[in-house]
Amino acid sequence: MIWGVLQFPGSCDERDALHACEVVGGEARLIWHGERDLGGVDAIVIPGGFSYGDYLRAGAIARFSPAMEAVAEHAAAGGPVLGICNGFQVLCEAGLLPGALLRNEELRFICKQADLVDGEGQTLSIPIKHGEGRYYAPEEMLDALEARGQVAYRYADGHNANGSVRDIAGVRNERGNVVGLMPHPEHAVDPLTGSTDGRQVFEALERLAA
Amino acid sequence: MSNAPDLPRHRELGLTDSEFELIVEKLGREPNAVELAMFSLLWSEHCAYKHSRKLLRRLPTEGPRVVMGPGENAGAVDVGSGYAVAFKVESHNHPSAVEPFQGAATGVGGILRDVFAIGARPIAVLDSLRFGELDSVRSRHLLDGAVRGIGHYGNSIGVPTVGGEIYFEEPYEHNCLVNAMCIGFAKTAAMVRAAAAGVGNAVVLMGATTGRDGIGGASVLASAELGEGDEAKRPTVQVGDPFEESKLLECCLELLEKGLLVSLQDLGAAGLTSSAGEMASAGGVGIDIDVAKVPLREADMEPFEVMVSESQERMLAVVEPGQVAAVRAICDKWQTGAAEIGVVTDTRHIRILKGGAVVGDMPVEALVDGCPLYDLDPAAPEAWIYGNRETLAPSADSAATLLALLSAPSIASKQWVFQQYDAIVGSRTVRRPEAADAAVLALPEAGNAIAVSIDGNGRKVACEPFNGTVEAVLECAQNLACVGAEPLGLTNCLNFGNPEKPVPAWQLDRSVSGLAAACEALDVPVVGGNVSLYNEGPDGPIYPTPVVGMVGELPDPARTAPSSFAQAGDAIGLFGPFSPTLFGSELAKQRGELAMGLPEPDVAAVAAACRAVRDAVRAGRLASAHDVSDGGLATALAECSIGAGLGCRADLQDLREEGCTPEEALFGEGPGGFVLSGERAELETLGARVIGEVGGTTIELAAGDRSLIVGLTDATEAWRSLDARAESVAEPPADA
Amino acid sequence: MARARVLIRPKEGILDPQGKAVERALPALGFEGVGNVRVGRMVELEADDPEQLGELCEKLLANPLIEDYEIQPL
Repeated sequence: MIWGVLQFPGSCDERDALHACEVVGGEARLIWHGERDLGGVDAIVIPGGFSYGDYLRAGAIARFSPAMEAVAEHAAAGGPVLGICNGFQVLCEAGLLPGALLRNEELRFICKQADLVDGEGQTLSIPIKHGEGRYYAPEEMLDALEARGQVAYRYADGHNANGSVRDIAGVRNERGNVVGLMPHPEHAVDPLTGSTDGRQVFEALERLAA
Repeated sequence: MSNAPDLPRHRELGLTDSEFELIVEKLGREPNAVELAMFSLLWSEHCAYKHSRKLLRRLPTEGPRVVMGPGENAGAVDVGSGYAVAFKVESHNHPSAVEPFQGAATGVGGILRDVFAIGARPIAVLDSLRFGELDSVRSRHLLDGAVRGIGHYGNSIGVPTVGGEIYFEEPYEHNCLVNAMCIGFAKTAAMVRAAAAGVGNAVVLMGATTGRDGIGGASVLASAELGEGDEAKRPTVQVGDPFEESKLLECCLELLEKGLLVSLQDLGAAGLTSSAGEMASAGGVGIDIDVAKVPLREADMEPFEVMVSESQERMLAVVEPGQVAAVRAICDKWQTGAAEIGVVTDTRHIRILKGGAVVGDMPVEALVDGCPLYDLDPAAPEAWIYGNRETLAPSADSAATLLALLSAPSIASKQWVFQQYDAIVGSRTVRRPEAADAAVLALPEAGNAIAVSIDGNGRKVACEPFNGTVEAVLECAQNLACVGAEPLGLTNCLNFGNPEKPVPAWQLDRSVSGLAAACEALDVPVVGGNVSLYNEGPDGPIYPTPVVGMVGELPDPARTAPSSFAQAGDAIGLFGPFSPTLFGSELAKQRGELAMGLPEPDVAAVAAACRAVRDAVRAGRLASAHDVSDGGLATALAECSIGAGLGCRADLQDLREEGCTPEEALFGEGPGGFVLSGERAELETLGARVIGEVGGTTIELAAGDRSLIVGLTDATEAWRSLDARAESVAEPPADA
Repeated sequence: MARARVLIRPKEGILDPQGKAVERALPALGFEGVGNVRVGRMVELEADDPEQLGELCEKLLANPLIEDYEIQPL
């Protein structure tokens, strides 16, 4: 298993993501945003941060990088892709995932531990840290997403700190190989620094690559 | 800048007549406009430390673990396995008082640059903030802006904010304090100093373009008292761009890793003037700078404007001519600027050129080290010079008093603030804010961890500057002990009033002596620091506020005690040479009874207690450890309970037998006290007095006729009450 | 070279917390009777070919899912 972690100017959590991939198992390498060739990696992680300063809209500029073109091809071929926080925003901006992320309802950056519920009804304790994490999609699109089982993660009751519609914390594409979420599973892989529930998010991706 | 047209130019720029005459003497002629601007900045208090440098010589700066001491961009200590931890604290008070968001943001940006300038990757930020009382609209506006600014910069650049402290006191109403501390991590061998070297080497300006930001900032914003007309200063506030800095940071670290730089220096106050001057001074060389080669953001900037601009996110490097192309290539990769603007010379002069013409020429020695150093003229005040405001009636019972202390903005939980900061990026944060007495950061590369604490209770320093400053150092040492860390080094930021006035001069003089004495006694070297003077409002000086940042080492990050109790049934121990008094306490403040005087701490006894607690924590013998601080023992016990969601019962009779009144036992403050919990036998082996037990849903404290019972829910509500009160922010007050 | 201004604002019906915050602050400052505040962005630019501006907005400057835009020639 070889993981590739994208790095844009302004990425922040790329080293954390590399470390998390290694903890879960396998080799992990950084891929510079200017690379058009992903170098044969099995799975892609687009990490958190503030690519291009998030100055226009979070993720709006990063989606045009050469590496993102390669990611789109990788995804189209069924390759697994995980977007975390800013990476989720990039995937939405790139049209690889449905919906958009807006400024938090309270207009403040929030960093805290949150409970998520995954598709199987399991509760995971994973930190959130973002200022633009309010998931939005039009009602019809939301109904369709729910009907097709594309809501990957929801905030547990009382844990939706950003005002996301229908408590949505993460979604997947129709095919199921592209997943994005606002919470940070890469910061939940080591009991020393938090919980270990984030490993399950990476392991789910690992299974897709198999 | 205030415009009194009949004032001689040098006075308008903040130089005295005798300083101007000295400049003329050193140059052998009158300085031109470019030179005068440069001298006025480098001879300002902010750059030359002309009222504080003599005092700072008292501080101990050497120790076996010191890798870099004062004089470098940041200090650094050895943490073993070939690694070092760099750290520094710096103020951005006056810019933040004018525009809190950008002031605080650029304060963080500046301290990060200081740390990566020596080749260390920033791994954490802590902040020490002071505002007027929370019921003031201005204070809430400043708090909101500063917190957003710190978050904006730190979160965006991916450096976690892992701790800090905030006090709300009336004397800061018109002069808030924003001090930021950055911690960096480096391979010791890869660290770089700021001295320029190698005649003929290129001087390369990296990062952002240069605009008119903060022109005159160093002399006007940082060295003059704030007063009427602050509004007019707004245009000179620097604007921070964390994205630019993020690229610059990665670029500089890559350049250093590849060995492409001879030396590196950040551009802070006084911009190119101070960075070029200091690099030349440290290297014993000269530097020629051609302002025509500096990439500008605004056309038609005058040479002096280019030289003093405080545009952010810029670094100055010395590069061998053969490596310039390679440096450019890496700067291109990171999409950041690189312009060859000058050359290292053997003239020991700073020469400013514009195209072919020389527009300024000054000996480095005169410019950088020539500023006269002044002796202070200190005089102790005859009485308490600050106000007193009664907010709690002396008749309030003990339970009401405890709730009033827990909800005091300086004591209450700052979760509202900390939640706005990314505390975890970098995957080193073992203890998140408010989870332990000190921040704990794992260093897997070195196989150990560090702990960091920052503190400085200005109210106590105002009561007695020597003892108050000793207490600030001891508070940090106790915080480190609670997580099992041994102090390695200390940095400080001395925030004081106008040193040309006798009382602030006395406060500064006594405080520096206290700092020196405490560091000597604890055997902790001072590896760097910063001085911010002239912090005054219309009613007088701020509380004298030496902010102390201490870094310690611990062998195993998994062995750190939380500050909150761990489980019901554990015994509670009181440990250490704790002699509580109401002098300078939060209770004395609330009763409007503040006055001069603070007992002298027994530093050696506190140091011994710290060692004992540290060893017990490292050995895993304690379930929790928390030092007794603001609000006294009752508050400390309540904090341990609230964090755990577990009540407690304790009997403070022992303290009363030592001569404390019930009130002093409950709410008195002073250094040396630890609240520990764990197995009774362990606490007794350590020599702690077992005073109670964890459990239940109330906090029950027996203290004679002042005994109290407070429900855990009520205590929690009081301690968490800052959120709602801080949130009512919105717009700046009409006169801000 | 044609100069243009692009105004980008949240789509009708999308919660705009910035606009709400401004709206809430106004009465406290003595401004009564102001409502429906929407906070957006303004981009000024120069383009050789103004025809391409629409596509540029769709692809980069605005996110059509959540934002409307308006191009004003200057």
